[in-house]
Amino acid sequence: MDQKQRQKTAEEQRYQQRVNEKMPRSKTLSQCVRAFVAGGLICCIGQAVRAFGEITLQLDQDGVAALTAIVMVFLGATLTGLGVYDKIGTWAGAGSIVPITGFANSIVSPAMEFKREGLILGTAAKMFTIAGPVLVYGVGASVIVGLITCLVAK
Amino acid sequence: MEWTDYLWAFVIGGTICVVGQLLISLTRLTPARILVLFVTLGVVLTALGLYEPLVKLAGAGATVPLTGFGYALGKGAMEAAMEKGVIGAFTGGITATAGGVAAAILFGYLNAVLFTPKTKK
Repeated sequence: MDQKQRQKTAEEQRYQQRVNEKMPRSKTLSQCVRAFVAGGLICCIGQAVRAFGEITLQLDQDGVAALTAIVMVFLGATLTGLGVYDKIGTWAGAGSIVPITGFANSIVSPAMEFKREGLILGTAAKMFTIAGPVLVYGVGASVIVGLITCLVAK
Repeated sequence: MEWTDYLWAFVIGGTICVVGQLLISLTRLTPARILVLFVTLGVVLTALGLYEPLVKLAGAGATVPLTGFGYALGKGAMEAAMEKGVIGAFTGGITATAGGVAAAILFGYLNAVLFTPKTKK
């Protein structure tokens, strides 16, 4: 009896352990698969824009990079305005956040939300809730890297 | 451009997004922190010469994720620094990313003004 009970609790523990391990992991796994597919597809759209810039418009390397950024930002911003990007985001998770379209989304979303506070301190200021920090750290780091390059080159 | 370009763009771009998803799922980092982290990481990896090969291999798969924005910033700053010295270190990053940033400001503003938020169901 005693042994049987101990066995049962051991089994229960194992079961509980399995539940704890399996449940979040399988959720994380499916999230990762969706992020992979969505992120991959968005990058393929970017690749198509690059091909268009290189072959059809005959742009140089810098031009292609700028064109890709501009078109992807336009798509991200417009889809956010239309309310489509948030729907993609619910499914795709990080697959919609990490690409530059997600950067555009992070600009339009709060700006739209705070429009009632006016076009200056509402819309225009809130555009940079997330984009501001991104620019601060990104541009800041690039200047430091540039300065280090100066030192190393000399 | 061949189909393998798209394959690599898909695989590498998807993988970078999975890294972001893992950070969100496992460490509960907010999307804002992910974006800041990825841009900074892109700049650092570019400075160490580790990101350039990825761009050569995957094209948009490496430049479209936000690490690619960091790559453009870092590469621009380094190239301009080599050419023009300290002034270049300051101007290079923003010059290289001017198109994307200007587009983000204009299209971001226009969309925010034209559309109202959809009510979440």
